[in-house]
Amino acid sequence: MKIVVCVKQVPDSAAAIVVEDGKVNWGDAPIVINPWDEYAVEAALQLTEKYGGDVVALSMGGDKAKEALKHALAMGCSEAILINDPELAEMDASGAAKVLAAGIQKVGDVEMAIFGKQAIDNDTGVTPAMTARVLGWPMISLISAVENIADGSIKAKRFMEEGNQIFESKLPAVASIVKDYSDPRYPSFMGIRKASRAEIPNLTAGDLGISKPENKVKWFGVDNPPVRDITNEKIEGETPEEIAANLVSKIMEEKVL
Amino acid sequence: MDFQLSEEHRMAQKMVRDFAAKEVIPVIQEWDSKQEMAPHFLPRMGELGIMGINIPVKYGGQGFDYITLGLVCEELEYADSSLRVVMSVHMGLNSMAVLQWGTEDQKQRFLVPQAKGEKVAAFGLTEPDAGSDVAAMTATAVKDGNEYILNGEKMWISLATKADHTLVVCRTDMNADKPTSGMTAFMVENARDGVTSGDIHGKLGVRAGSTGWVNMQDVRIPEENRIGEEGEGFKISMSCLDNGRYTVAAGATGLIKASLDASVKYAQERKTFGVQIAEHQLIQQKIAHMHRDHEMAQLLYLKAGWKKNLGERNTRETSLAKWFATEASFNAASEAVQIHGAYGYSDEYPVERFLRNSKGAVIYEGTNEIHQLVQAAYAFGWRKDRPLRKELPAFDPDVWQE
Repeated sequence: MKIVVCVKQVPDSAAAIVVEDGKVNWGDAPIVINPWDEYAVEAALQLTEKYGGDVVALSMGGDKAKEALKHALAMGCSEAILINDPELAEMDASGAAKVLAAGIQKVGDVEMAIFGKQAIDNDTGVTPAMTARVLGWPMISLISAVENIADGSIKAKRFMEEGNQIFESKLPAVASIVKDYSDPRYPSFMGIRKASRAEIPNLTAGDLGISKPENKVKWFGVDNPPVRDITNEKIEGETPEEIAANLVSKIMEEKVL
Repeated sequence: MDFQLSEEHRMAQKMVRDFAAKEVIPVIQEWDSKQEMAPHFLPRMGELGIMGINIPVKYGGQGFDYITLGLVCEELEYADSSLRVVMSVHMGLNSMAVLQWGTEDQKQRFLVPQAKGEKVAAFGLTEPDAGSDVAAMTATAVKDGNEYILNGEKMWISLATKADHTLVVCRTDMNADKPTSGMTAFMVENARDGVTSGDIHGKLGVRAGSTGWVNMQDVRIPEENRIGEEGEGFKISMSCLDNGRYTVAAGATGLIKASLDASVKYAQERKTFGVQIAEHQLIQQKIAHMHRDHEMAQLLYLKAGWKKNLGERNTRETSLAKWFATEASFNAASEAVQIHGAYGYSDEYPVERFLRNSKGAVIYEGTNEIHQLVQAAYAFGWRKDRPLRKELPAFDPDVWQE
């Protein structure tokens, strides 16, 4: 089976975020593969290890997005493609979905397109579903395990707060993966060597036969969260019981409960 | 001149950093307190290929260069010195010696399983009464037909109880003009009859590592296990130290960075006199020193690694890198404790472990007093490096990655 795994380049999750003039500034934080996408790559690799086939890593963005693709290659993906066209910059999730769908169709004969459950920069979490909508494929979200793939169908488990849901879907489909699926593997040294030498092809809107999708959502600005006035108070007492009693009194007094 | 690491270097560095962050840092305090090596560390390092990082692919390794070895050591010691020590002995002091001096048969028998992480390797030079004064060595190897019979005790041996193979140096000619010319190196399989080993407890630092003794009582080993020629043991052990010291220098660089990062974080959390302690200029001075020393230590070991890649002798550069980095890491860890104040004096924060771990490296693999003598001897022109019968092979990506 051929699987496309969509990956995104994001600032490191430990980066200090600053909002300046209504725009997010990540400073000089290192750029890494979106951590959720590592789970998606792991799921794709495990599926092809079990059922055979290839994993193609797909991303869109500038040259820096190649870092995410190289990470995916070093983990074991067989091929990587970057949709790199200044015309396609600054798109909302629906626009990105249209471009990614075109990329998936360009790869051809794809049975599954797999995403991480969301990206840690914008955190919309809607791109996988929108891509499924554009492709006209079923969307199977928040997958924590795949039980079986046979006869053009997938049987899998969805992770939900209330429990798990086992379901079956026709393929091709778009899936999003949660971290319960499996810890992502580290890139292998052999994979690192292959990735560092890989020439990643750049595709443009013209190559995909699309024009720039119109944004449906506009961002007018971003604000810092309000600064919270926090004070610390040490609850004291002679015995643990007295400390607990004083704590309860304080909680009631402050109307926390 | 190009100060950029290659993409391959950076990816390997990140991979080891991620491994250390996910699998070592969360549990290291616990194992350090237990004074035991976490049982999963060595198998995981083997599985991931770290144990054979700079050995050619045809000998079971990953085919990366010597600079990558340094980067790996820096990342490992950022987490804990015990992991870098694994690389110092398994790779620097043993596997690289087999790569440099071993026959093809020895490379197949010893280097291949070591580079794959299937076998763990150690190095036995130091004895209870012979450290820097190698000539005081008393362990002996006596030829008996096609075998040697080894007797003696090696002390302060890293991975003593974990290793499958130990490269030991013994005296084979008690009547040699100079004691150092009567020494010979052997690869001893620790499972052989007569080999016993044990760990030393109560060390100041590197408590999550295995350090111990290896005793040999009438251990018979075949002639095929002799590394190099008879009488070449001292030269071989000195070449081993060029590699071991390189890993120590790179690791100490990681320890400086760990001290720096912990201090920067704490200085921005802790408040005194109504402001973050980072606002105090004497704290800033300590941070500045740590940053300066990290940069300098890194440049020094990378230069030594660059010379190794070219196949050039690097005894002088490696000695300088080891001396500077280990002294700077001791200072950085000490200042990190000072910045943390009373909290730094407890194991609530990792900096007390950094300080305890940093002390060992200014003693082992040549005390820093020895390194100063070495540097002075080079400066005066009293010390010259003569060509060896076999030099450490230069890094050649086409050959190493076949």
